[in-house]
Amino acid sequence: MSTLLRRTPLHDEHIRLGARLTDFGGWEMPLHYGSQIEEHHRVRRAAGMFDVSHMLAIDLRGPPVRAFLRRLLANDVARLVLPGKALYSCLLREDGGILDDLIVYFLTEDWFRLVVNAGTAEKDLAWILAQRDRLAPQLQVQPRRDLAMIAVQGPEARASVWRARPQTQGETENLAVFQGAHAGPLFVARTGYTGEDGFEIALPAGDAAALWRDLLTAGVAPCGLGARDTLRLEAGMNLYGQDMDESVTPLEVGLAWTVVLKDAREFIGRPGLESRMPRFQLAGLVLRDKGVLRAHQKLRSPHGAGEITSGTFSPTLGCSIALARVPLACQPGERVEVEIRDRWLPAEIVRYPFVRMGRSLLPG
Amino acid sequence: MTVPTELKYTDSHEWARLEPDGSVTVGITHHAQDRLGDLVYVENPAPGKSFRKGQECGVVESVKAASDIYAPLSGEITAVNDELSASPEKINQDAYAAWMFKLKPSDPGELDALLDAAGYERLIASEE
Repeated sequence: MSTLLRRTPLHDEHIRLGARLTDFGGWEMPLHYGSQIEEHHRVRRAAGMFDVSHMLAIDLRGPPVRAFLRRLLANDVARLVLPGKALYSCLLREDGGILDDLIVYFLTEDWFRLVVNAGTAEKDLAWILAQRDRLAPQLQVQPRRDLAMIAVQGPEARASVWRARPQTQGETENLAVFQGAHAGPLFVARTGYTGEDGFEIALPAGDAAALWRDLLTAGVAPCGLGARDTLRLEAGMNLYGQDMDESVTPLEVGLAWTVVLKDAREFIGRPGLESRMPRFQLAGLVLRDKGVLRAHQKLRSPHGAGEITSGTFSPTLGCSIALARVPLACQPGERVEVEIRDRWLPAEIVRYPFVRMGRSLLPG
Repeated sequence: MTVPTELKYTDSHEWARLEPDGSVTVGITHHAQDRLGDLVYVENPAPGKSFRKGQECGVVESVKAASDIYAPLSGEITAVNDELSASPEKINQDAYAAWMFKLKPSDPGELDALLDAAGYERLIASEE
């Protein structure tokens, strides 16, 4: 594997655990530690952990930070009232295309934190700095490569964190969903990318290996990016670079709920968004035959053609599921056909998420 | 895991075993299942169908990717392992026990052209 790949502070732990490594956005990351499906089930049934240190935290500091973020982001940080509260948002180009999706945390009135995707981190940082120079030159923008991040997910995740770090329980046991708090050197947030309860923990890179080992001792299973992908897809969450990119708008990929248009707020990308008619919608698909749905497979519906953007075998449901771009007229319950190796196989459009908190949300 | 010496191999990672009755049993190698990851779907050829050596005759799919299966020898399919359609993970558990199909070779001499264990080990090493 190329020596040019970047490594996280937990790299030695992955090697020690026998991880199969893969290139993900320029980072050498665990794909799995033996069985991707077993890791998936551990998260749905107990607790698993993911090294997500390849993602980048960017701290924004200074009095104009809230006003700046109301311009920068398609979601509205005015919704963040309690310190520690988090919000999911898209970062848009002027024309409404999606530069990235991110989580923004309100820490104090002059300190917010963004957590952005690994593959887009440099692009995002350059964009944010350019907007800072234009709109709020006194604002400090600080990329936090000194931090590691561990996501602990599953019905037993929070209790496992408290077993591994009892001193954090007082600060974190009353956290609402999408809320975080500092607990000593840790920043612990009740967020994730799996459709399960759990925490995402940011901490100094030098402390990461010790926490990882203590979580292992507390019974948390190490999980790779393979399980992370099947879990997020079951949970109906988009993956940047796959379900969305700069060529589409949030309104075309199921993220209208993250775009606040109700008042006159002038955020970057709003005029572009308002001048573009959505061309398609993102739909959930369940394959009603044998096989596996995959990205880029073609689809035909009574209303026209479409294409799968993410597809996999769902370990929880025991069948294949996908997210797909389909004509705007398509409705849940409709039958479509997907081309798999020169054959057109039946699939059904369904509402997503497919799975939430360990349970199937499929009809019937 | 060592490569069994009693089997023959293709460069597309199938194994083939000559049975006492002259039929040949076919599966995918341990190395192949390891690269694919957890298998979730196996599509076997229909019994009675004939294939030429090297022709696509089935598919295995893992959570990660789909991979075509090629007939290691020319011949007619005489049996398929139906257990794999419900339990494709058996290939991950023991790739040399979880056979996929049996065929009756039309030219048993083709078996000699396949790789032996040492040749297959060299192939794996060259792909690493």
